[in-house]
Amino acid sequence: MAKEVTTGSVLVEDFDRVLSGWLKVQASENVKRTDLVSAKESEKQSRDLLAALADVAPEAATADGFDLSDAQWAPVREALEEIAENRTERGVSAAEMGWFIASLKQPFFEILHEELGETSAELMREIWSATRIVDQVALYAIETLVQKREAIIERQRGEMTEVSAPVVKIWDRIVTVPLIGTLDSFRAQTVMENLLDAIVQWEAEIAIIDITGVSTVDTLVAQHLLKTASAVRLMGSECVICGISPKIAQTVVNLGVDLPNITTRVDLQSGLAYAFRRIGVAAGER
Amino acid sequence: MAGASGSVPIVTIAGCVVVAIRDDLDDQDILTLQDELVEEVSRRSANGVVIDISSLEIVDTFAGRMLGAMAQMAGMMNARTIVVGMRPAVAMTLVDLGMTLEGVETALNADRAIEAIRAGQA
Repeated sequence: MAKEVTTGSVLVEDFDRVLSGWLKVQASENVKRTDLVSAKESEKQSRDLLAALADVAPEAATADGFDLSDAQWAPVREALEEIAENRTERGVSAAEMGWFIASLKQPFFEILHEELGETSAELMREIWSATRIVDQVALYAIETLVQKREAIIERQRGEMTEVSAPVVKIWDRIVTVPLIGTLDSFRAQTVMENLLDAIVQWEAEIAIIDITGVSTVDTLVAQHLLKTASAVRLMGSECVICGISPKIAQTVVNLGVDLPNITTRVDLQSGLAYAFRRIGVAAGER
Repeated sequence: MAGASGSVPIVTIAGCVVVAIRDDLDDQDILTLQDELVEEVSRRSANGVVIDISSLEIVDTFAGRMLGAMAQMAGMMNARTIVVGMRPAVAMTLVDLGMTLEGVETALNADRAIEAIRAGQA
């Protein structure tokens, strides 16, 4: 053979063959997920990634200290991140993502075998070199996918917390916070912080906590409510807890929880009526 | 306590003893303040005490207990004590420490407190 055949050179010289081979394997290995990612898009992503690899690999792949985090691999990482972001949004699993990249080995090996079939030593060397690149890329892809997914979860958690404790000023000197769902320690803390800040901001004399939407009240939730009420009182404001349903009243008493010095009302209407009386606003009876 | 005067200014407004606690008070200063406060209440025969703690960023158990003690002492001299201006962070810390200052009255600010004390007299 006149020229030396390496993983890098295969990428450059037989670019189209590698690409078409890869796309074929993607289809046969069922990692294409045509239901989530269109064939055209898959092809474009594969081409972009391969192009980035072909740009960098010839020089970089042969270096002994192979490190995907090196600056020269930046284009490959960018291409991967783009693919990962796209596939995260579509709901592709980490395993599928990994296999999607790893299936690139097949066309590589095929071509390498054709070119270097007679010299097994060189073949082995190049197979190792190709495996090293593809595996590193696949691992990086999985890691990126997981990171993107975690970022999404984190963002959603933030959004949930934001919408879960909206403190509203419903009247001059009255603020209210409607609670919905379950009240865990983290949310209880957020509710308390938001409520106390709102009391300062609007100089509220009455803080109404509406627990109509709280599904269950156990000792922990009762304790959170108690703490919040105490903090509200320390700030110089009064706390009213509304939405005590018959079921909640029963549980609270059966649990032996004491809610001392806390004004409780059956629904928001009567809570509001109480608040109006306290601040001296006349509310007409309906 | 003639020598200790001036560490915390105590003023009387409309029959109420008003004191604004600074952030840099140590335990000794608080004890001094307590002395001066009850002196002032008795001298003016005040019927209300307003303690403004809005500049306090940290309230430890000692300071919290002292607030309760001051309220109790003033109460024995027939003066109603109201603690005002507690910051949210301080309120949360106190609650976490289990100090809910049950015996102490609270209000949003000194204005409201003085209003409440005068309304209580009428």
